Amino acid sequence: MRRVAIIGTGMTEFGELWDLSFRDMGILAGFEALHDANVTSEKIDAMFVGNMSAGRFIDQEHVGALIADYAGLAKTHIPSTRVEAGGASGSLAIRQGFLSIASGMHDIVVVGGAEKMTDVGDDEVMNIQSAAADQEWETVFGATYPSLFALMAHRHMHEYGTTREMMSSVAVKNHKHGSLNPKAQFKREIRPEDVERSPPVSLPIRTLDCAPISDGAAAVVMCPLDMAKNFTDRPIEIIASAQASDTLALNQRKSITEMAATRVAAKRAYEMAKIQPKDVDVAEVHDNFTITEIMAIEDLGFFEKGHGGRASLEGKTGLQGEIAVNTSGGLKSRGDPIGATGVAQIVELVQQLRGKADKRQVPDAKIGLAQNVGGTGATVIIHVLGVGR
Amino acid sequence: MTKTPRYWRENQSRYNMIGAKCANCGKAYFPPRTMCPDCGRKSIGKMEEFKFSGAGKIYSTTVVHEAHEQYDMQKPYIIALIELDEGAKILGQIIDSEPEEVKIGDRVRSTLRKLGEEGKAGIIYYGYKFAKE
Repeated sequence: MRRVAIIGTGMTEFGELWDLSFRDMGILAGFEALHDANVTSEKIDAMFVGNMSAGRFIDQEHVGALIADYAGLAKTHIPSTRVEAGGASGSLAIRQGFLSIASGMHDIVVVGGAEKMTDVGDDEVMNIQSAAADQEWETVFGATYPSLFALMAHRHMHEYGTTREMMSSVAVKNHKHGSLNPKAQFKREIRPEDVERSPPVSLPIRTLDCAPISDGAAAVVMCPLDMAKNFTDRPIEIIASAQASDTLALNQRKSITEMAATRVAAKRAYEMAKIQPKDVDVAEVHDNFTITEIMAIEDLGFFEKGHGGRASLEGKTGLQGEIAVNTSGGLKSRGDPIGATGVAQIVELVQQLRGKADKRQVPDAKIGLAQNVGGTGATVIIHVLGVGR
Repeated sequence: MTKTPRYWRENQSRYNMIGAKCANCGKAYFPPRTMCPDCGRKSIGKMEEFKFSGAGKIYSTTVVHEAHEQYDMQKPYIIALIELDEGAKILGQIIDSEPEEVKIGDRVRSTLRKLGEEGKAGIIYYGYKFAKE
């Protein structure tokens, strides 16, 4: 297997981008990544595009070819593949790019992720998000996507004594990080009482426990590590890529206070990277709801099971904490354009490992980890990044 | 939420809580499966129809304030994961109780109710909900 490096990144601002179409966003992020990588478009061998539901958000399917076309690549006829795994679509695209280079099939690969969510009403957004859960046995009975995470949150509170205050601390921390990220959707800090007074969505989850509805795109350029020095002085290597699945419906799981797929994917990733959880300096984890980050930092082994909430409240996951979690602001504050999210996590880690994360830089960051969740944990994908040598 | 699939209207599991039991290991599943995830190919052809009693206890619960359009009239309403006495978990709405009266561990029993309808004067569909015992 060949070693794989990331040599360039690009990303639109995340938010309500009413002046940009789906294809505009994809192209902006892609060109920024190519420019960053010093790669010209005729050198690209293949593309992978992470997207959950362009068909329902903008009535457009076949977006792999669409993005390649508008990137000016129709004339080179490269293979361009759209992949989907609910909220984990972006990191699935990263993983497909990684595998295609590691296998020796392709050399220069562009991986993009994009979602245009604000062309439909909020009600329809919730319908589409819920389609990543089990339509036949969950949503038909009145479950919404947030309500499934509320069931996890309530049980987590019941089993481990996790509190409202602990959940709020995750939102407050991620907004603080987002305020330092020029591309974040929310650049404003919030207080715990803002979270606690925000309207109920599905209790105990309130509006400010939730990631927003976002438009956005992100992209990276990858190549074999031994070619990377031709393009950049500081290639970032993908030292592990792991993916795990679980039952689609929440009710089929033994435990709902953990994501077993996170635990399993993390074990595979740590083995592949030959590291321990404590070696991770900076992590981007899936915080579509505050409880999801609490479960993630436990299931990834950063904190003992049941201690994630307390660790968050005590500031252990902040920029000055034991492990910096969601320095970008996370899904919560950077924004969550579904298919772009997993790629945006990688973009943030690359900035951190290059030492270019500006005001949110984690000093001397050497190992970064990204965890991206589809549905309620039926797909989890983890990547570990390190400085390429 | 999308419209209820047509085949779903004919689905007996939804009206009678019919699941499946693996004749190899005895484990009960809801909804029914054609293969036992624990026994794999040993279970093929050995999954038997199994009717759950509908009784169980609440495993976790939430009060839904932002609902899919067709449930708008009902909100806020209570959703729970229920651990059935025969050993499977199931998701359903809790009715005839106020949110503050519903706690983890409470005993509940299933009842057949209207779930919703496809738009105004559309097809009505039915299924299980749960009430405290």
